[in-house]
Amino acid sequence: MAEKTIAGVQVNVTDDGYLEDMSQWNEDIAKEIASGLGIELTDKHFEVLNYLREKTEAGEALSIRKVGKSGIVDIKELYKLFPKGPLKFSSKIAGIPKPTSCV
Amino acid sequence: MDKKEKKPLEKVCMICAKGSLEDVYATLVMANGAVMEGIETHVFFTFFGLDGITKDRMLSLHTATTGNPAMRMPGGLPFPTMLGGLPGVESGVSKMMRSQMEDLDMPPVDEFLEMITAGGGTIYACKLAVDMFKLTKDDLWDDVDSILTIGEFYELCDGDRTQIIFT
Repeated sequence: MAEKTIAGVQVNVTDDGYLEDMSQWNEDIAKEIASGLGIELTDKHFEVLNYLREKTEAGEALSIRKVGKSGIVDIKELYKLFPKGPLKFSSKIAGIPKPTSCV
Repeated sequence: MDKKEKKPLEKVCMICAKGSLEDVYATLVMANGAVMEGIETHVFFTFFGLDGITKDRMLSLHTATTGNPAMRMPGGLPFPTMLGGLPGVESGVSKMMRSQMEDLDMPPVDEFLEMITAGGGTIYACKLAVDMFKLTKDDLWDDVDSILTIGEFYELCDGDRTQIIFT
């Protein structure tokens, strides 16, 4: 656990760089984490991020399969939005905990 | 500097040689997991593993109810081998396993393969096994990339951060 300043805000992050408290998140933080991963966020990205945050708040476990059935993106598009880390990178950018699902 | 340099895996080449439900799923879970981690992934189906990519078999894979000492009754009691041999038991148990997997968000085989290829993973069939079972490309799942010889498979496995996994 460490304190880190992202987009001018002091936040707590895990060793892997995930926000400890999802309520500290805002869109500027998302943009800065994303650019660190080489991703430039579009409206489509934010639709996915908001979906992930809603589901996490509701206590649901996430999987790429669930995101693929969300009606927002299919799995292929999800990989295009978050290359090489469809669930890991999107979770990190969404400010939610590291995914624990194996699928 | 006490931090060791990390050398993340860049490529995995998986071989699925057995056709039971759990063998095929072990391959699929590991392959999909690799794709999700951004690792280049190739999956080679051979011998009975071919059932996992054969259109008319892939959705009804079975788990063995005889000769499987780990098999348990619901509740945890040992599963009598004699019972496992009765007609219909294996297919019933397998159906139950599939529905339990669905509850854990594990997709059916075809959907799982689609998830792997959607992320850039590639699926191959073994030439020798395809010939042996007298199958053709048309019998196989549509997005099987190609039918390879073992030599061609090894050519895919180049690179010093590559692992071959046999399940």
